[in-house]
Amino acid sequence: MAEHKHPNYMAIFYYLAILTAIELAVIFMPIPKIYIAVLLCIFAVWKAALVAMYFMHLKLEARTLGLIAVTPLAIATLLVFVLLPDGFAVAKKTSDEKKVAPPAAAKH
Amino acid sequence: MSTATAAHGAAVEPAESPLTPESWGKLGMWIFLAGDAVGFGTLLAGYGAMRATSADWPNPYDVLGINLTALMTFLLICSSVTMVKALEWLSRGNKDKAKMFLAFTALGGAIFVSLQAYEWTHLIHRGLHINGNPWGASLFGTSFFLVTGFHGLHVTAGVIYLLATIGVVSRRPDPMASYNFVEITGLYWHFVDLVWIMVFTFMYLL
Repeated sequence: MAEHKHPNYMAIFYYLAILTAIELAVIFMPIPKIYIAVLLCIFAVWKAALVAMYFMHLKLEARTLGLIAVTPLAIATLLVFVLLPDGFAVAKKTSDEKKVAPPAAAKH
Repeated sequence: MSTATAAHGAAVEPAESPLTPESWGKLGMWIFLAGDAVGFGTLLAGYGAMRATSADWPNPYDVLGINLTALMTFLLICSSVTMVKALEWLSRGNKDKAKMFLAFTALGGAIFVSLQAYEWTHLIHRGLHINGNPWGASLFGTSFFLVTGFHGLHVTAGVIYLLATIGVVSRRPDPMASYNFVEITGLYWHFVDLVWIMVFTFMYLL
């Protein structure tokens, strides 16, 4: 039936498989860890975008539906930065306590 | 909504839904998935913040072992492909092939959950617990079990959903009558795959 257009699913599958293989290879690359982390984040978002665009047909849907789909990603990314100061405060408090407390109390 | 939808897209629904003219259910599923994504997003953001600020976070790559999880990732991507194949066969009017591919998808999900159970058992035996582990920050175990458990629960629900979808496809005589239903099931299933792509990268590889 010509009513429903279907993207070339197998091509997307090979694309995803190759990206996963590259991801696994990236871990072993002799570059600083921060670059590895950035590369892995790019590949993860890339793969997620492929799944959403082609498997979930977001490419064929109304633009506003895409905005609904992207909003959680934006919220989650912002949330990391919202939580970081709190995390650093806890880490500082813990390390200060360790300095004051006798060494025997360090084990929980 | 039963056999009344036999003529695909016929005016059985009172009004056309915004954004997804062909079905209200699809819009509903997208909104549900956006909410669910906030849930996963919050868990992963919390994980990221805890990890970034922890002095003794174990290197997950060394502790968890990624060979099995790489296989699980591949399996889930394959099950996404069988899901879209089911939809493709349905749009060609072949119900049996569509049901077969839906069954493959459910099987892929079931194997995924089994492998996860195996992985958890293995890690628990090695000392990874929800409240502590031999390698460092105790929150490592907490976040690991919480995030992978939440995802595993979604896969389990997805397998049940897929089996129910096979039932719906069987009951409706016209293949096109269940097209929207299968597409909406597919949305959920691909979302579970998409989330795993994120979880795999952030909790295993990074």
